[in-house]
Amino acid sequence: MHGMAAIEVENLNRVYRVFRKKEGLWGSLRGLWHREYIEVHAVRNVSFTIDEGEMVAFLGPNGAGKTTTLKLLSGLIVPSSGTARVLGHLPWNREDAYRRRFSLVTGQKEQLWWDLPAQESFRLHREIYRIGAADFQRRLDELSDLLEVGQLMAQPVRELSLGERMRMELIAALLHRPEVLFLDEPTIGLDVVSQRKVQEFLSQYQKQQRITVILTSHYMKDVEALCQRAIVINKGTVIHDGPLASIVERFSRHKIVELLFAGDIRSTDLSRYGKILESRAPRVRLQIEKHRVSESLASILSDYAVDDISVMERPLEDVIAELFTADDKLVPSNR
Amino acid sequence: MRQLGERINHMTTPVSATPHMTTWQQELTARIRVKWIVLQTGIEERLVYRGDFVFSTLVRFLPIVTQIFLWNAIYAGDSSSKMKGYSYPDMVSYYLLVMLSRAFSSMPGLSTGIAQSIANGSVRKYLIQPVDMLDHLFWHRVAHKIVYYVIAGAPFALVFWLCRAWLPGWPPFPVTAAWIASLIMSFLAGFLIESLIGLIAFWFLEVSSLIFIYMMLNYFLSGHMIPLEWISSWMPWVEWLPFKYLAYFPAAIMLGKVPVGDLWRELSIQAGWIITLFILNRMAFHYGVRRYSAFGG
Repeated sequence: MHGMAAIEVENLNRVYRVFRKKEGLWGSLRGLWHREYIEVHAVRNVSFTIDEGEMVAFLGPNGAGKTTTLKLLSGLIVPSSGTARVLGHLPWNREDAYRRRFSLVTGQKEQLWWDLPAQESFRLHREIYRIGAADFQRRLDELSDLLEVGQLMAQPVRELSLGERMRMELIAALLHRPEVLFLDEPTIGLDVVSQRKVQEFLSQYQKQQRITVILTSHYMKDVEALCQRAIVINKGTVIHDGPLASIVERFSRHKIVELLFAGDIRSTDLSRYGKILESRAPRVRLQIEKHRVSESLASILSDYAVDDISVMERPLEDVIAELFTADDKLVPSNR
Repeated sequence: MRQLGERINHMTTPVSATPHMTTWQQELTARIRVKWIVLQTGIEERLVYRGDFVFSTLVRFLPIVTQIFLWNAIYAGDSSSKMKGYSYPDMVSYYLLVMLSRAFSSMPGLSTGIAQSIANGSVRKYLIQPVDMLDHLFWHRVAHKIVYYVIAGAPFALVFWLCRAWLPGWPPFPVTAAWIASLIMSFLAGFLIESLIGLIAFWFLEVSSLIFIYMMLNYFLSGHMIPLEWISSWMPWVEWLPFKYLAYFPAAIMLGKVPVGDLWRELSIQAGWIITLFILNRMAFHYGVRRYSAFGG
């Protein structure tokens, strides 16, 4: 399956010019004549290749450049420099031939007619994307089955819950069988059940159709369930591109050590080894800096009676959160 | 990579493709089908809020009644005296016909809608999907108007019937035909002017004051408020603007103010304006989207 590139991005840059208003009323008045602009590098020298049939997570904090990159690949905006090819097309040429082959789904209401039942919007899509009648019916049945929205087809979109609406948006985006799908926070604001449903659907659908997917999400459960590979972007720059699992290995400076003590201990004494995450005697969970793990364990074992020890990686969610909160931690620890 | 781009996409074979059709015919059929479904969906959408729609349609008749009373007061009930060429019955006829023109040319919410979709980003869907935004909005608006005529038809007929004593007789066929043509073109001109103003939002995100100024100008320059001759007598250039086709011109044809011999010429000028406005719309959209994708997105 690997080998054929569906998406090729080369040194993509996108600079925005943003008006900077000076503080207060005086600043506003001065802004009438004298405008100062600052340049914001939303995307900086981004390069990557995604093979056909791959599902890749795009991770990064708010404002990292994820959405800007997806906008570039959807042809909504032009880059300041660099280039990209999706299915052989230059996205920002916005040719119909390209627009029939991809879909962009965002967490906002986007494609459906608000006051009408979703089925009316789907009929419109059928004509816009020129889907044959038989294909249309088959795909619609299939998708509404998978997403469990069959009985909601005749209900006005405005009366649907957010989760139901999102599932309808997905149907609208997939009816024309796009070969490339950009998902920008598809589960944002959804409850756990809906999130789960969307996630399961995406996983199943992607395996079935072998479509190429880029997914951005703040919700690590989505990412862990769906993607093997992750591209991590911050301040417009790609800081990691590889297996999702290696993010923890590469960026986490700590490990978690779980200890089961044989006798009574005063857990406060343990704080010299690292941060105490949980202490419920005789079980203690510690977060210890990677390079001090073996040294700390040796010391603990010599000082206390220990029944059991396990050393674990930190959850992806925590590592990512930490990665994005402080700038100085952006340098991979093992470089 | 290149092979992939050139790969034939089986998913997008035209729906209505029958074996004897050429590619060109298939393309045309597919395009017409999109317009047709937008029209259908638009009608369905208008019918959702039927109560509100009926109410707002009927409320729009109130100004007609008050305006007729107002002119009655101005003329002091004297049907024989003339004011700058208009007697009281002339004035009532003019006003009713202008209202009819406006039923074609007024586009409630069009420029504001376009401007909002640009400001809040929902314009994106037209850029991502293989659709033409202006065409889409046009057929949506046609749907809107069709539903409006169905609902407003009876009240319009009633008002005309009640005022029949003041109305001039039915003009000869060529004049009637010219009137109908001018009404259809006033719909096109109205659509194109308002969409053009909406598209300005690609350059200036906030266009509500601009829309307000346009509404004010339109009120005078289209002949909506007073007969356009009253204005053109001291501002002759208003005759050269496209606004007169939104209200004054169809009414003037019906009232016999356009000599029959000049009808062709006048209608051609109206058509010329529509072509110009169409080109301006296309240019505004082209450069607007270019600007949008260069600055915001």
